[in-house]
Amino acid sequence: MRIVPALIVAAALAAGAPGDAKTLKWSSQGDAVTLDPHAQNEGFTNFFLDNIYETLVTRGKELKVEPLLATSWSLVNPTTMRFKLRPNVKFQEGEPFTADDVVFSIGRALEDTSNFKPYLAGVKEARKVDDLTVDIVTDGPAPVLVPQLTEVRIMSKSWCVKHNVTKPQDFKNKEETYASRHANGTGEYVLKSREADVRTVLTLNPGWWDKPEGNVDEIVYTPIKSDSTRLAALLSGEIDFVLDPPPQDIPRLKQDANLKVLEGMENRTIFLGMDQYRDELLYSDVKGRNPFKDLRVRKAFQMAIDLNAIKTQVMRGLSVPTAVMYAPQVDGYPKELDVVKAPDREGAKKLMAEAGYPQGFEVTLDCPNNRYVNDEKICVAIAGMLAQINVKVRVAALPRAQYFPKIQNYDTSFYMLGWGVPTFDSQYALQSLVRTVIPRTADGDYNFGRYSNAKVDEDIDKLKTEIDPKKRAALALEASRIHQQEVGHLPLHFQVIPWAMRSNVSAVHRADNKLTIKWVKIS
Amino acid sequence: MIAFILRRLLQGVVVMLVVGFIAFSLFNFVGDPVSLMLPPEATQADRDAMRGILGLDKPFYVQFATFIDNAVHGNFGISLRLGRPVSALLAERLPATLELAGTAALFGLLAGIPLGVYTALRRDSWTARAVLTTSLVGVSLPNFLIGIFLILIFAVWLGWLPSFGRGDTVMIGAWSTGFATKSGLKAIILPAITLGFFPLTLIMRLVRAEMLEVLRTDYIKFARARGLTDRAVNFGHALKNTLVPVITITGLQLGGIIAFAIITEQVFQWPGMGLLFIQAVQFADVPVMAAYLCLIGLIFVVINLVVDLLYYAVDPRLRVERAAAGGH
Repeated sequence: MRIVPALIVAAALAAGAPGDAKTLKWSSQGDAVTLDPHAQNEGFTNFFLDNIYETLVTRGKELKVEPLLATSWSLVNPTTMRFKLRPNVKFQEGEPFTADDVVFSIGRALEDTSNFKPYLAGVKEARKVDDLTVDIVTDGPAPVLVPQLTEVRIMSKSWCVKHNVTKPQDFKNKEETYASRHANGTGEYVLKSREADVRTVLTLNPGWWDKPEGNVDEIVYTPIKSDSTRLAALLSGEIDFVLDPPPQDIPRLKQDANLKVLEGMENRTIFLGMDQYRDELLYSDVKGRNPFKDLRVRKAFQMAIDLNAIKTQVMRGLSVPTAVMYAPQVDGYPKELDVVKAPDREGAKKLMAEAGYPQGFEVTLDCPNNRYVNDEKICVAIAGMLAQINVKVRVAALPRAQYFPKIQNYDTSFYMLGWGVPTFDSQYALQSLVRTVIPRTADGDYNFGRYSNAKVDEDIDKLKTEIDPKKRAALALEASRIHQQEVGHLPLHFQVIPWAMRSNVSAVHRADNKLTIKWVKIS
Repeated sequence: MIAFILRRLLQGVVVMLVVGFIAFSLFNFVGDPVSLMLPPEATQADRDAMRGILGLDKPFYVQFATFIDNAVHGNFGISLRLGRPVSALLAERLPATLELAGTAALFGLLAGIPLGVYTALRRDSWTARAVLTTSLVGVSLPNFLIGIFLILIFAVWLGWLPSFGRGDTVMIGAWSTGFATKSGLKAIILPAITLGFFPLTLIMRLVRAEMLEVLRTDYIKFARARGLTDRAVNFGHALKNTLVPVITITGLQLGGIIAFAIITEQVFQWPGMGLLFIQAVQFADVPVMAAYLCLIGLIFVVINLVVDLLYYAVDPRLRVERAAAGGH
């Protein structure tokens, strides 16, 4: 009987004592879809797994490529990059980290069932040189190989063999694999418990090779789907950090002394595309010709759209208007071209008259309604602006699950798209969005208006193998300039992404909207 | 009797086939899961291959037959979003939804019946009028708004109760229960009130109307004339005779509560089947959506069947009429 109170006191002390033990409870609207690091290339899942799994190279606070599991790398010949690996690193279940694991992981990410092949485009194989040296061999010169490796997470070969998960999860065998709910990486945090969609708990990895920079000992992640509930949980102090607070609540959150809002520009451009390929538009009253083939019409559209009005009226300030297709954080950003002009309605009307449409015409603007910040509202606002130059725009808004198949089938005349650049290199945007379409390749795979210019194509093809950064920037600049002069697309803005947190939490905002918990400090 | 049950069962099967068909149609009409499953950079060849893997390239009737066959065996395939078998996901979420629905129904009954009796007995008092007016608000306010108000008051302002989730759960066999922990009990209060508010008002108004009806009947007058206590008259005779329709309605409402839990579960991030369904809708996770629809359909069919049989057992008049009708 006497022991019981003593135990309670001891338990109370133990609970109260740890002083520095800091738990970060955070939330956003969805959960990581799997823990298998090569199964689903989904932005949230990827950075969530960065807590557990590590990559050869990573991005630092300035988003520059830095060493992680590789300490250095150099070109052996134009198609072979040699990586020196970090010694004395152990996986969380005790396996030593060696070249075998790197060769295995790259092979796994290249499997048929992998979703990560785009990050290994051009990679032929990885070859072990010795225990701490690996060569990655590519088909040709691969200028963006190293930045791409920031998304290829390294698993333990012996662990995967032991649990029969040497291939990423496959939809063919209707089974879930061991790796989709268990994890064993080299990272700072160890998976403690996982209930998909409910709660995932990670704790500090005591055997981590590096010195912690932040002071979070435990991570509790709870997805909360409903915007208002997520915010209520932050306000009531049940959670410390929200990755995606609803934009309309930001001004109110800023006034709360217990909270703070961190804003930063996302590496994502929202733009409109126009069908410049068909001889007659699909959804328009103009018959027998395609007005978007006329540069004057495209220019008139650009002149009629008031980007600053969209920023202030629709985005509540959370956007940065732009005239180019990719953001300043991206290598090869054409700064001199990124000049947003004031709208000129009279000039636009004049151009429309010259092009033969003084009375305007009708066209349908296809638009997602749950993909980008205020996507549908932006489209509606643009329809209003174009009405002033007599263009009658019908806005057809669809949920993303229906929207993307539709535009991927080119079933559109005028559409909205947002493009992020995970590699932080201009080639990724130019090749997909601006280059002439070559079916079944990455060339023009998101160029749904089928803009095409031979000189631009030539520049982009050179980019694919050019290694010298200066020459790359010049090529990207030239391609961007021609594309801009021809008004190949109508760039609108970069999204500004706010994060909300309790005022005792400090985090580093990233343009790719990834929360890096190893930098988080709680006071 | 047996013919009646067989006919009911047959009707149930037809209903389930129709539900199954609607669920199956989802596969063809709700967006293209392939484009969500594959990365933007996937080529057309990758997409066609995935289509083949998922069986989306086969003719419509073959796909439907396969679907029904699998559904009967409880196999709804694998969730496109979570990569786990749908039946396992639903089994995991079912306890949360049933606990919430059960608590909400209990709340509706335990609060609804006394309030109904009270408002019937003291129908001219201002408290009864106030309760009735409030109940009108409960009927007309949408479910999610009540939830948000409760969160604002009890979680944000007062900080007494959690705003989301289910608290800590304990596994009893395959059943995860939130009733065994303090945080679990605290967590169920707000969602159960939100979900139980509508049935509460319904039951209260039903009890009140029935009570007023019964209190007017002759046998109540006789009971009073005999000098029985108010308590015996009101609860022993009057209330007892109002309960038959109340139980029927509550039974039928239970199906509705389980189905309507979608909204409440979303507002409170309650990890039940409804939340799973909402997330599935946004991802076009068709196997989960289809399985959920079939399951809810099945729950309704079973509840209806049980209620029908209960009627049959409880009300002798029904048996007589049926027997007479059968004689012609």
